[in-house]
Amino acid sequence: MAASTKSPNVIARYLPVYFTLLAIAALEFFLAYRHFSPVVLLAMLLALAVCSGTLAVMFFMHLAEERRSLILTLIPAAIFVLVMMNVIWTDSYRLLHLRPFAH
Amino acid sequence: MSESHLPIHDTGAAVMEASPYGIPSRKLTMWLFLVSDAITFGAILFGYGYLRTASTDWPTPFRFNPSILNVMIMTAVLITSSLTMLGAVDSAKLGDKPKTQRFLWSTILLGVIFAGLHIREWFGMIDEGVGLFQNPWGSPLFGATFFSITGLHLLHVISGVIAIAVISRGFARGSLTAGHVETTGLYWHFVDLVWMFVVPLIYLLNIARS
Repeated sequence: MAASTKSPNVIARYLPVYFTLLAIAALEFFLAYRHFSPVVLLAMLLALAVCSGTLAVMFFMHLAEERRSLILTLIPAAIFVLVMMNVIWTDSYRLLHLRPFAH
Repeated sequence: MSESHLPIHDTGAAVMEASPYGIPSRKLTMWLFLVSDAITFGAILFGYGYLRTASTDWPTPFRFNPSILNVMIMTAVLITSSLTMLGAVDSAKLGDKPKTQRFLWSTILLGVIFAGLHIREWFGMIDEGVGLFQNPWGSPLFGATFFSITGLHLLHVISGVIAIAVISRGFARGSLTAGHVETTGLYWHFVDLVWMFVVPLIYLLNIARS
């Protein structure tokens, strides 16, 4: 494989995703300095982070080009475990409201 | 199903089933590791959220200069390093060794810059009196979560830089293939992915408001 004579610009096809990721990151920094309530800000930042993560997994890690069986093996299981971790929040709020002298 | 219907791999005498995923075992192993690592990071970020929610005096110490500005540069550097890693993977698949080397060493350089900025950020925090179990502002667990989460990520970056250097050397000598470069690339992109969640949760939700 003699590719050294005229090798194509290999990163050109990734530039749209690259600039989109930079734009999402810039938007996150911009939103962080607006005066939103913490819950609204958290929801917006997490939504943007999920968008960035999906782009990175699908196009930088090429999962979009893999067989559907691989995607179905990896992604639902990981999401299921992460969703199940949300059971902690009720206990976290209980600590906040029931601790002595919390307010 | 009789064994006569199964494909026979030319590398072994045993009758073997074809891979259901159509990828090399090395790549599948890396994917499984990355899923487990994602759950590890998820667990510590949920733990951080638990402590932050349950604390009435969680500090918000990150000022624009130096912390947030530093993190903005670190984010741009890490996303750019993913781009150079993609260049390395595609160049390796095309068999262009010099170009692969240039992209791999660019990725290493960007990784080192990221780690240097990260360590500078840590020293700045330590100078302000933040330790694992104390800080001048509020909940003493702030330092423990900050250093453990960013420290685990920094450990991944440093491990990635070392792995890329080893892969680069092996690929240049011909002992490693484009598949090895691609598998290492998966790991590097994952490090980038984790940072996309660390930045908003650890830094942007804790910005100092004047």
